[in-house]
Amino acid sequence: MSQSRKRPEPVEVVKQRRDVALAGLVDGIPYVQFLGIKIERHGDELTAVLPFDEKLIGNPLLPAIHGGVTAAFLETAAVIQLSWATLWEDMESGVLDPTTLGPENMPYLPKTIDFSIDYLRSGLPRDAYARARVVRQGRRYASVHVEAWQDQRGKLYAQATGHFLMPNS
Amino acid sequence: MIKGLTPEKKAEIARKFTEAIPHCGALGMTLDDLGDGEAVMSLPYDEKLIGDPRTGVIHGGAVSALLDTCCGSAVMSHPNAPAITATIDLRIDYMRPATPGQKITAKATCYHVTRSVAFVRAVALDEDEGRPVATATGAFTADGDPKRRSTEISSEITGEAST
Repeated sequence: MSQSRKRPEPVEVVKQRRDVALAGLVDGIPYVQFLGIKIERHGDELTAVLPFDEKLIGNPLLPAIHGGVTAAFLETAAVIQLSWATLWEDMESGVLDPTTLGPENMPYLPKTIDFSIDYLRSGLPRDAYARARVVRQGRRYASVHVEAWQDQRGKLYAQATGHFLMPNS
Repeated sequence: MIKGLTPEKKAEIARKFTEAIPHCGALGMTLDDLGDGEAVMSLPYDEKLIGDPRTGVIHGGAVSALLDTCCGSAVMSHPNAPAITATIDLRIDYMRPATPGQKITAKATCYHVTRSVAFVRAVALDEDEGRPVATATGAFTADGDPKRRSTEISSEITGEAST
């Protein structure tokens, strides 16, 4: 047995820390709560979930989800992913105590510079999912790509690219 | 469509518009002016739209929803465009945070329509109209075939019969 290997933390401790940090990031944003967006976590991978609701409809004839809702959903997924990636290292190393996060003590979020959305299919009246990937993160600027789908992971209904100004830059 | 109407008629059309689109009603969005490829819409400040609880600044997504709707309305009001449209792409540039407590107004212009595509640009302002909060440029679908020129939505909104 290697003497240098640190004994791994109990799984509950790890999960608790990460879930508390994620909740601190998401729960304090009223607009995210208004749209009903939830964030699911597997390890460090996040999936944003938008459960369908009548108030999200933009075209009552089809019916289809409002394009503005899709824009907001993808932008939220991008901002959360970017903040999460920044938060992760501090959280895992113990520099940041996740229990201190909350509506009154939110981590500073990146600011959107621009956001460009491709509407590939009309948003059906059912749940939507989005996953964001930080393509490049520098000290001041970041570029993030987001993919969103509904029934089939391979059939995107929207994708977007956004540029963000990092906090404290 | 709306231009030249009485204030009462305009208010009625604006009300029907938000009733027809659930998400616009949920946000409290109103249609203030419409006609010849131009639309003006506004979004009153509301705590549920906050994106940054520390400052009370509303979420960029709410501004996006306003700009997207306003652009779509501008397309539907263009004389050469169909009365129904969908967003192909939309790019939003955020110039500055909107001032908390202030209403946001979007103005959109559909400046070119081909047989298949409508090109639109828009600006979002708060009470300081000299400094835009955000701008948008987008491409929207425009199916020019008169047989498929559905006026269902516009007739529903304006109360006019479909052609």
